[in-house]
Amino acid sequence: MSPNVTRRVVLAATAGGLVLHERIGRADDTTPAPPSALPQKAIDVELRVNGSRFPLNIDPRTSLLDALREQAGLTGTKKGCDRGACGACTVHIDGRRVLSCLTLAARCQGKAITTIEGLNAGEDLHPVQTAFLHHDGFQCGYCTPGQIMSGAALIKEGHDGSDAEIREWMSGNICRCGAYPNIVAAIRDASREG
Amino acid sequence: MASIGQGVDRVDGRLKVTGRARYAAEFPISDLVHAVLVQSTIGAGTIAAVDMGAAQAMPGVLAIITPDNAPKLAMKGGAQQAVRAPLLQDNAVHFNGQHVAVVVAQTLVQANAAASQVRIRYRRDEPVTSMDAALAQAYPPKNFRNGERPPDSRRGDPDTAFDGAAAKVDVTYITPIEHHNPMEPHATIARWDGDRLTVWTATQGISGAQQSLAGLFGIAPQDVHIVCPFVGGGFGCKGNTWPPATLAAMAAKVVGRPVKLAVTRAQMFTSNGYRPRTVQKLRFAADDQGRLVSMRHDGFSQMSQPVLGEFSEPVGLATEMLYACPNVAVSHRLVATNASLPTYMRAPGLASGNFALESAIDELAVALKMDPLEFRLRNYAEQEPHQNKPFASKALRACYQQGAEAFGWSRRSAEPRSMRDGSVLIGWGMATSTYPTHRMPASAYVRLGADNSALVRVGTQDLGTGTYTVMSQIAANTLGVPVERIRFELGDSAFPHAPVSGGSMTVASVGPAVKAACEAARAKLQRDGGEVAEASVDVKPGEEEHRYAMHAFGAQFVEVRVDAELGEIRVSRFVGAFDAGRVMNAKTARSQLIGGIVYGLGMALLEETHVDGETGRIVNANIAEYLVPVNADVPDIQTIIVPNDELVSNPLGAKGIGELPMVGVAAAVANAVYNATGVRVRKVPIRIEDVLV
Ligand code: FES
Ligand code: FES
Repeated sequence: MSPNVTRRVVLAATAGGLVLHERIGRADDTTPAPPSALPQKAIDVELRVNGSRFPLNIDPRTSLLDALREQAGLTGTKKGCDRGACGACTVHIDGRRVLSCLTLAARCQGKAITTIEGLNAGEDLHPVQTAFLHHDGFQCGYCTPGQIMSGAALIKEGHDGSDAEIREWMSGNICRCGAYPNIVAAIRDASREG
Repeated sequence: MASIGQGVDRVDGRLKVTGRARYAAEFPISDLVHAVLVQSTIGAGTIAAVDMGAAQAMPGVLAIITPDNAPKLAMKGGAQQAVRAPLLQDNAVHFNGQHVAVVVAQTLVQANAAASQVRIRYRRDEPVTSMDAALAQAYPPKNFRNGERPPDSRRGDPDTAFDGAAAKVDVTYITPIEHHNPMEPHATIARWDGDRLTVWTATQGISGAQQSLAGLFGIAPQDVHIVCPFVGGGFGCKGNTWPPATLAAMAAKVVGRPVKLAVTRAQMFTSNGYRPRTVQKLRFAADDQGRLVSMRHDGFSQMSQPVLGEFSEPVGLATEMLYACPNVAVSHRLVATNASLPTYMRAPGLASGNFALESAIDELAVALKMDPLEFRLRNYAEQEPHQNKPFASKALRACYQQGAEAFGWSRRSAEPRSMRDGSVLIGWGMATSTYPTHRMPASAYVRLGADNSALVRVGTQDLGTGTYTVMSQIAANTLGVPVERIRFELGDSAFPHAPVSGGSMTVASVGPAVKAACEAARAKLQRDGGEVAEASVDVKPGEEEHRYAMHAFGAQFVEVRVDAELGEIRVSRFVGAFDAGRVMNAKTARSQLIGGIVYGLGMALLEETHVDGETGRIVNANIAEYLVPVNADVPDIQTIIVPNDELVSNPLGAKGIGELPMVGVAAAVANAVYNATGVRVRKVPIRIEDVLV
């Protein structure tokens, strides 16, 4: 089915070279014990998010998503699957869209991270945010930060040539509320403006 | 100030597009620690022993709660939403993926690491993993529709009428287990202050959560405070108070600190219900004039072990009322398996039942060589045929006409495989949608200022359905002030009571309460003068339910393109025309309609939960292999709202819009696939292999 193909395309484009953090094992009498998870020493990392510095003392296994949500207090970036399958956690790292659940926070030292909280400047919304608001490109709003971060990146990537192209390059961001037609309309509008 | 109906932007939209809307897991609570669930890896049996030595010694671990040491719950009260098992109260394992332990640690990473080291030994029993193999053991539900009616019904003599009829179908339809998969996984933060409990949780019903947790922990409802300003989608799976919320409160009690428990996507597949698998047997017949003379619809739906509760998928409800047929019988049976408890999922009963009903109607039209729309019109029910009551309103004929017109239905070629575009087969299909209009009692509080600003509070929820916005519009309209003058607050159990956000009844229930409270506050201010006036009002449905049948309706039209060689099925065009009564906000209503249609397209072509027959384990418990529609799967969708100003159903004339648009989508697609390929697929999802012949 094409959903898989398109997800893979987007994953390849956004998550290349990043490390999948440790899978969680299950307890069962029939399976051998998982390798014992060694006590991890906390490490110091300084994250640069939306132009501010966040000096954090983190467990090295921490994903960028958990570091943002649980430690930096930036909960705008959402956790939908924690496995690179839904796009809710999309942020920009050095200008490219990246799945923060598949990214180790420890590898982000020195990089410029932008989250939904930093996409707009002050009170003015980013054109993609404005367009989502007017086109009702969401319902529950939970996938929305990821959709908007993807949409803003998509326009910069030049993948806004047609509705079909927008659909394809937005297919790594699942919206269970099914706002897709409105999302496409919003991105089309914002891309004309920019 | 006619703001009702206008497509104003969502009043909470700015919070959502800037990432500042706070969902359950996102409240900054000091001293917070993290809980992680450990789930069973067998399908049936008992826990023999839990070895937590290694896990306990790991850094940051504060507690490991198992059936051996879990606090005993009071289990008082009978809140309908309370899921009372499994809650670590005994050693029984009823399904694979049951919560068998909770690990609490300082950080989420530490809790996850320790959870992976909890070793559990089981005594295994043989699980029943397939419903289809156990149909012979089916049993009648004890509590069908919460006891409001019996599970079976009959009018006339369908069997005799079937035997003598000119055209017949006798078929079995199957729908799979489906999971709601809202984008926000369940999450709860629980904090005890002495014997008072505060819970930030993702729920479709804060009142139900309050009652449920009070009963389970044996405290007074007023000592439970539920906070839930935003819900990241529900679709039914956040209606009940499921074990993870209760276990979070239990864990907070054990460690004496606030605890956050966020269910993982994988755990969501056994934590909060699902749409049960159904096997539906239909025997329909018509005379040579195309008049339905007999309909029998016998539904079987999958259940958990009965000790966990009861839920039946009411697949026969629309069959009773949709067509003017004199001889009709429906029945509902359950089949127990070793699975978790099923629950409501968007358009419960109707989504699954109408797939079978509206596909079988199409089959009968084919047998009669009649246009399927013409066949439906010939059997149009002018009044509700099951209860012999007039409809409060029914604009279905207009839905058929306007939908067909917009779609170009009259140009359809009925012969399968006759419409082509090169190597692509084109098929057109249609189906009827219907959903009952529900209403429950609700209350509202209003504080109106002499400056025409108003604060309105209701303990209701906004799942993305637009409650904040449409209630602001209703208040603004009633008070004759701009929407910006209204501040509408919800999602707090300290606010006046409202029903669960389910059954498409929020506007019909809460809207009249908001309207009445605004009127009362305005009257008070006019009478007494002064700076502010307050009013609290309770409203409830009247006699209308007994005098009228109340339903919303719709007509779904779809074009599919099927690759003749490869069997790939793509939806290329969709038109839905709906009678949902009065629409409060054209913009959010359209979002509901397209969202429901997309949900239906998922049911038609993608969604299915697969269970391993040996172990009862769900093998695609993730959002990559449980396929849901993505942007590239969804074509242009045209939605038509058929005007209907009826005010009998409720004071606002809202007939419900959340579930209606999903009903009939799967049948319309299946009927289109038949028109394209000549293959009648009697199950969803319809896959490539089903049409390669
Ligand atoms: S949370 Fe990262 S892709 Fe789903
Ligand atoms: S807005 Fe709810 S998942 Fe997209």
